Amino acid sequence: MSETLIYTIVVISAIGAVSAVVLYWVSQKFQVYTDPRIDEAEALLPASNCGSCGFPGCRAFAEACVAAENMSNLSCPVGGAETMQAVARLLGLEAGHFKPRTAVLRCNGTCEYRPKTSNYQGVKTCIAVSSLYRGETDCQYGCLGYGDCVPVCQFDAIHLNPVTHLPEVDDVKCNGCGACVDACPRLLIELRRQMPKHRKIFVACRNQDEGLVALKACSVACTGCSKCFEVCTFGAIEMQKNLAYIDAEKCTLCRKCVSVCESNSILEMNFPARKIKNEA
Amino acid sequence: MKILKTFRFGGIHPGAEKLTAGRTIRVLSLPEKVILPVVQHAGSPAAVIVKVGDRVKTGSLIARMSGAVSANIHASVSGIVTKIEETVDASGYKINSVQITREGDDWDDSVSLTPVIKDFTPQEILQKIKEAGIVGMGGASFPTHVKLEIPEGMKVDTLLINGVECEPYLTADHQLMLEKGEEILQGTQLLMKVLGVDRAIIGIEVNKPDAIHSLNNLSKKYVGITVEALAMKYPQGSEKQLIQALTGRQVPPGALPASVGVLVNNVATTYAVYEAVTKNKPLIERVVTVTGKSVKLPGNFLVRIGTPINELIEAVGGMPENTGKVVIGGPMMGRTVANLHIPVTKGMSGIVLIPDSEASRQTDLPCIRCAKCVEGCPMNLEPYLMMQLVEKGMWDLAEENHITDCMECGSCSFTCPSARPILDNIRIGKSKIRKIRSDQQKSNAKS
Amino acid sequence: MSNILTVSPSPHTKGEESIPKIMRTVIVAMIPAMIMSVIFFGPASLKIMAVAVIACLLFEYSIQKYLLRVPTTIRDGSAVITGLLLAFNLPSGIPVWLVVAGSLVAIGIAKLSFGGLGQNPFNPALVGRVFLLISFPVQMTTWSANITTTDTFTGATPLGLLKEGLRSGKSLTQIASDSQIPGYFDMFWGNMSGSLGEISAIAILLGGLYLLWKKIITWHIPAAVLGSIFLFEGILWILAPGRFMDPVFHLITGGAMLGAFFMATDLTTSPMTPKGKLIFGAGIGVITMCIRNFGAYPEGISFAILIMNGFTPLINATVKPKRFGGK
Repeated sequence: MSETLIYTIVVISAIGAVSAVVLYWVSQKFQVYTDPRIDEAEALLPASNCGSCGFPGCRAFAEACVAAENMSNLSCPVGGAETMQAVARLLGLEAGHFKPRTAVLRCNGTCEYRPKTSNYQGVKTCIAVSSLYRGETDCQYGCLGYGDCVPVCQFDAIHLNPVTHLPEVDDVKCNGCGACVDACPRLLIELRRQMPKHRKIFVACRNQDEGLVALKACSVACTGCSKCFEVCTFGAIEMQKNLAYIDAEKCTLCRKCVSVCESNSILEMNFPARKIKNEA
Repeated sequence: MKILKTFRFGGIHPGAEKLTAGRTIRVLSLPEKVILPVVQHAGSPAAVIVKVGDRVKTGSLIARMSGAVSANIHASVSGIVTKIEETVDASGYKINSVQITREGDDWDDSVSLTPVIKDFTPQEILQKIKEAGIVGMGGASFPTHVKLEIPEGMKVDTLLINGVECEPYLTADHQLMLEKGEEILQGTQLLMKVLGVDRAIIGIEVNKPDAIHSLNNLSKKYVGITVEALAMKYPQGSEKQLIQALTGRQVPPGALPASVGVLVNNVATTYAVYEAVTKNKPLIERVVTVTGKSVKLPGNFLVRIGTPINELIEAVGGMPENTGKVVIGGPMMGRTVANLHIPVTKGMSGIVLIPDSEASRQTDLPCIRCAKCVEGCPMNLEPYLMMQLVEKGMWDLAEENHITDCMECGSCSFTCPSARPILDNIRIGKSKIRKIRSDQQKSNAKS
Repeated sequence: MSNILTVSPSPHTKGEESIPKIMRTVIVAMIPAMIMSVIFFGPASLKIMAVAVIACLLFEYSIQKYLLRVPTTIRDGSAVITGLLLAFNLPSGIPVWLVVAGSLVAIGIAKLSFGGLGQNPFNPALVGRVFLLISFPVQMTTWSANITTTDTFTGATPLGLLKEGLRSGKSLTQIASDSQIPGYFDMFWGNMSGSLGEISAIAILLGGLYLLWKKIITWHIPAAVLGSIFLFEGILWILAPGRFMDPVFHLITGGAMLGAFFMATDLTTSPMTPKGKLIFGAGIGVITMCIRNFGAYPEGISFAILIMNGFTPLINATVKPKRFGGK
């Protein structure tokens, strides 16, 4: 009996020892050398693997940073300026100038402004509705309200408002990764330069129809009347196909365009309430 | 009892609902204005050659085909071109259309009112079909002259004429076969001449015995044309299924019917070919079935292309109060529309007004793996699996399971005991895969 | 027109198939077997069937409402069928508390823990039955006498008698004359010992043909199960007629008919393609005959079906239909 025990112990130990030697030899022989800085850089990154840096995943971005001589074109929107500076410090390079961006929904067609003219039945996703027909209203450009943009956000930054049925962006959480932009079949979400105090001014409409046609479908549609274009002294507004567009790079947030817009298509967000001028 | 031919895989049996069977074709009174979209066919839009203010005659060319796959568009009434602008079509999206306000009904000089029967050469026939802007009138609207140009390396030996009309409610083709049988047979002969075949089979579902009988008698005068009765099963009228039923040949996925030596044309298209060749008459009118369970006077109408469909609905007694859906085409593959100011187009075979009680979808339940969808699929695919893969976003597996072979006939959704939206998800999968592949091609082309 | 129109993707019409309709049809198909079981086992069989059905419904309702917090699905009829099929697999003398235990396992473990209707990988009634068989072998193999017979009947099933006899070294002819294995006509009719539902081959056949007519099941699984039993046993019988019974005996005894038409054809746990179904059925037949002829148990179809249920996902993944026009 004790013989069996001894044999067992010897054999198992021998197998263990041989395996250990073989495994060690193999791990040394087939080792792939990686720059240890890649692991360190990856540890600094937010690990969201969202792809908005343009690379397939945080590790690929870390590899690109380590391999780069110049970091001016490399930027992680999720991590922001802090992360890029930490990575730059690690690698002994200069971080590029970081331009934060935030997502904005270019549509304000709630049920109040844009009446429902048909009833949809089927799979409740925006992509299904938009490929079937123009949607439950008379505006073929507007938000469909089924929220395809919501589940793609990894940062919990966009939610569907249950009353208006339009998605709303949480400015604090949004870091401009762009996942919601790709998810919208109508291309209604845009990444715009982040202004101080999260203030925004933008034309909440993408309707290219003629003025009266657009207004009939939605009372806050942009008619292309050009009043905003005329009043902007900074040249930030351009008119194309019955639609106004405000360039966020040139906009100074003066709000003159908001006050002249007759159909209330230009939205201002996070501004203090206007002082009411007393007429003398 | 003779066993009727039919296709091998799958198939379902929706009720026939042929409320308008036997109702003679009525000519609808001419509309006050017509709207002619520049795309009424598969392929590139036609280029408009008239301008606002021009006077046109019935049958004159107003938009010329442009591109390899395209078709001419002709004025369907005489009058003045009042607008050339984007108007809403059946999809709800806008499309460039030519609007003509009617003045009388003067036909273009090139059109003759009586048929001229002579021995046309195949090239003459093809040229006339091309000029007349004839497209497949069974619903796919593929330009006929392109279809008849057989690609290099393929040889056609049989022409099939599709008189099946398997969709419930529709009877336009049935009536046409009863009333214009002789002309259809002559059109068949013309098509046989173009293709250089000596054999044509007209397939008709067995629920149209009068049409089978009448065409059978008439076809005795014609060499090489036979009539076959087919078992009633949806989708018997689908091109690939019809070819399998009548000839036993299976068209490989992604290939043309010509690759197995067959060409299929709808009876209405064949009739239009006859009119085009013998009278130089372009495709400007067609038979449309307007029907529905609550419709007062359902019927089959000969209507000019471009007529707004609300005029057709007025002609059957107006829209019933309880209408829930307006379907263009048949209930299995037709599309619903949300407004009635859209025009009749070349491929519109019917308008079905579905009452509220039948318009709502049932709530869907979980899949019980009963395999009814697999049994019903005419392409022998696995719909339950494709829906599951699409729901999970597994596009590569969906493509491996041949989701792109699906012809969207609707048999799976129809037969599912859990009322699952199988076809909806398959469509989402197909369009997503198309987009992924086209994006890939674009980025490959760049690099 | 003041009403808003509905827009939806095609198709805009729906067939008549629905889950309650399927369940109703299956219950109707089980009526001949239910009648035969009452005729041969008396009111005890009604009691067991009632207890099983009520227990299954109660467990499904309470687990869904209080444990899982999901809407209840007892109205679709699937719990009723599970209860009836479980009862069909039990002997008539089984104590009521065991029926309840079996129902709890069938509904709670085999069905609801996997997600409910359509999500279970194994046939719930069979899981319940096998649980009882393995945990309470004595009660599950105590066969009470068939009440119509007037002989001094021990109550053992024909397969049980066969297995015991062979074990004790008797030859087949000896077993046939010594014990009370009924004649073929009796067995076909149902005049023998066994579980509630499996005794009457004719009743099950009627029910099975009804299911085929109503297109609830296809011919592939029953034909494959019975065909493979017949073939496998036929070959063995030809080779050694003294050791193996003839195939007809095996078709009408035990749970072969019940398994082929009602248990193996369970929609959720069987393959989705015709070819897959044939493979599935053939596997069941072969495994059943192996257990019957060479295994420890006299009857093996419950195990065979459960084993093949386990193979169903593999069959579904590998046996694909050849698409239209495909090579």
